[in-house]
Amino acid sequence: MAGILVYAEVAEAGPAAIALELLSKARELGQVDAVALGPGAREAAVRLGAYGARRVFLNDDRAFAEYLAEPATDCLAALIQRESPDLILFGFTSDSREVAGRLGARLDVGVISNALDISSAGGGYTAQVPYFGGARVASYRANNHPAIVLVRPKSFEASESGGQAEMVEIEAAIAEGSRRSRISERHDEVSDQVKLEDARIVVAGGRGLGGPENFALVEGLASALGGAAGATRAIVDAGWVPYSFQIGQTGKTVRPGVYIAAGISGAMQHTVGMKGAKVIVAINKDAQAPILKLADLGVVGDVTKILPRLTEAVKAKRGA
Amino acid sequence: MKIAVTVKQVPDPNGTPGLDSDNTLMRDREVVLDPGDEYGIEEALQLKDKAGGEVLLVSMGPDKARDAIRKGLSMGADRGVLISDPQLAGADALLTAKALAAAIRAEAVDLVVCATESYDGSTGMVPPMLAELLGVPQLTFAKQVEVTGQRLTVHRQTEAGYQVLEAELPALITVTAGIAEPRYASLKGIMAARSKEVKVMSLAELAVEPGRPAESVESIEDAAARAAGEIVEDDGTSGVERIMAALTAAKVI
Ligand SMILES: Cc1cc2nc3c(=O)[nH]c(=O)nc-3n(C[C@H](O)[C@H](O)[C@H](O)COP(=O)(O)OP(=O)(O)OC[C@H]3O[C@@H](n4cnc5c(N)ncnc54)[C@H](O)[C@@H]3O)c2cc1C
Ligand SMILES: Cc1cc2nc3c(=O)[nH]c(=O)nc-3n(C[C@H](O)[C@H](O)[C@H](O)COP(=O)(O)OP(=O)(O)OC[C@H]3O[C@@H](n4cnc5c(N)ncnc54)[C@H](O)[C@@H]3O)c2cc1C
Repeated sequence: MAGILVYAEVAEAGPAAIALELLSKARELGQVDAVALGPGAREAAVRLGAYGARRVFLNDDRAFAEYLAEPATDCLAALIQRESPDLILFGFTSDSREVAGRLGARLDVGVISNALDISSAGGGYTAQVPYFGGARVASYRANNHPAIVLVRPKSFEASESGGQAEMVEIEAAIAEGSRRSRISERHDEVSDQVKLEDARIVVAGGRGLGGPENFALVEGLASALGGAAGATRAIVDAGWVPYSFQIGQTGKTVRPGVYIAAGISGAMQHTVGMKGAKVIVAINKDAQAPILKLADLGVVGDVTKILPRLTEAVKAKRGA
Repeated sequence: MKIAVTVKQVPDPNGTPGLDSDNTLMRDREVVLDPGDEYGIEEALQLKDKAGGEVLLVSMGPDKARDAIRKGLSMGADRGVLISDPQLAGADALLTAKALAAAIRAEAVDLVVCATESYDGSTGMVPPMLAELLGVPQLTFAKQVEVTGQRLTVHRQTEAGYQVLEAELPALITVTAGIAEPRYASLKGIMAARSKEVKVMSLAELAVEPGRPAESVESIEDAAARAAGEIVEDDGTSGVERIMAALTAAKVI
């Protein structure tokens, strides 16, 4: 039986969380292998095995990290020709989608993008895809072989299988002329806040804060709670905070224990990135705001007045 | 420099919800040029202002999509190509990319500009597919673009910050919202757009064969809704009290 191939994003720091999520799900669907390319691939293989990869195909050529999309597409195309998997899973992340799109065109099979879930039935695969910004969900059956599906981060829980992978060194197979889109510099924002996508508590702010200076109220509460601050695209586009804060369809997906929405209307493009939170608290001065239909607790009031008092109350309670 | 900007017509983001009572797509819904593509047009016009050349708009869609092209022409683009064919109804991202690639290939452009994803389909797959089909490198999520001779430099927005990408032309870029403030069409621009050329092409003229789409829709259902919770009016103290109680119940404080 041919199986499932997970494209595992890796870095020197280890495999990306999405790779472990995809493996955990893929195990339920069939035999799973992973492919890891670039510096860190070898070191990541052990963890990929522990999350369910039977074999890890790997090559740690620097070119995979130095050039966008094309080297990885070349290598994957060669591997797929040899192994002929039925399903190839990618995360819907900025790096993976570049590769998946090129691969879908090169193999002439297309892709199913932005999926929230995937299941197998009758020898084929069906993916759940958000429609109308997430108000509805479409079931898409994959028609082509192999099926290529991109899944949104945080769609599945990562859980260890306790397995051990066989490591299979593969050819880089990078074509002459594929070293083109060169990543010449990397600038990562250093921040002492908890990583947004890993935080157990997220406090997110929107345009209802009134101005960039009031984002400090969001950060103050987040830090008092030991959580992370996030934002809507409206205030990212307005330049109040960097893109790395953005939650939603075109930003990060978060799944914290508690999500506090401060001055956020609850547009579907935002809620698709946070509605997996266990408890949602929303503060909005408009009782009709869509976010209040989603919230476990909705407080109708002025966010600029409530946030400072809430932060004080949290500090008092935690300090006690 | 010859630049092609891909432009898509989409349901108006500010319009009414897109479903009829029988859950089918509203047919007479307002449609607009995808706001994301306005950034692409603006960036292309700015590059042309600096280096000279031509800005070409390419769209795939029904005849009505001509309006989206017109809007871009009134902003200052030079010409349009509309790929329109009944066989394209329900096209998947790959067929869309194939049609766009065929039209763009015939024009021998230096640079292709797309948005990172469309407002409606949002697969984000057309740009990388198009780059592959055209055989050019992709420089994506651009928040800043610079062209010096044949050298292209892009600041690529990432989840953690940004990267600097470099490549030689020809190439494809995708632009993020906020790369440049799209200009308004002036009255003069709107008048001028009326006489600009919009060439309409069929799949046969482009020699594109529709293949089997990547996916078939099995069903469309309402997303699982969260049960609405409690709503309290803040009276100066009740808001904070209720939130503190909720945080305590969730065991985070
Ligand atoms: C909710 C939904 C989900 C879908 N899921 C899938 C899927 O999983 N797989 C699949 O193959 N198709 C899917 N489709 C169909 C897909 O949206 C269409 O094929 C569409 O023509 C191209 O994809 P996109 O809108 O996602 O473009 P994206 O790739 O998101 O668009 C990026 C950019 O490419 C350019 N572009 C895209 N389409 C055009 C066009 N018609 N004319 C000119 N420029 C264009 C624009 O610059 C656009 O901003 C889906 C459609 C919907 C409504
Ligand atoms: C293709 C596409 C992709 C997108 N992707 C994303 C995405 O990834 N993430 C995202 O967030 N958005 C995204 N959006 C934008 C989204 O549609 C909304 O425009 C955005 O989320 C709105 O942000 P907001 O809630 O901050 O602002 P608004 O919608 O303006 O809401 C502000 C809210 O604050 C309330 N308010 C005002 N003053 C106060 C006060 N003093 N106290 C309390 N409440 C107050 C108002 O009642 C209102 O509900 C996308 C849009 C498109 C077209």
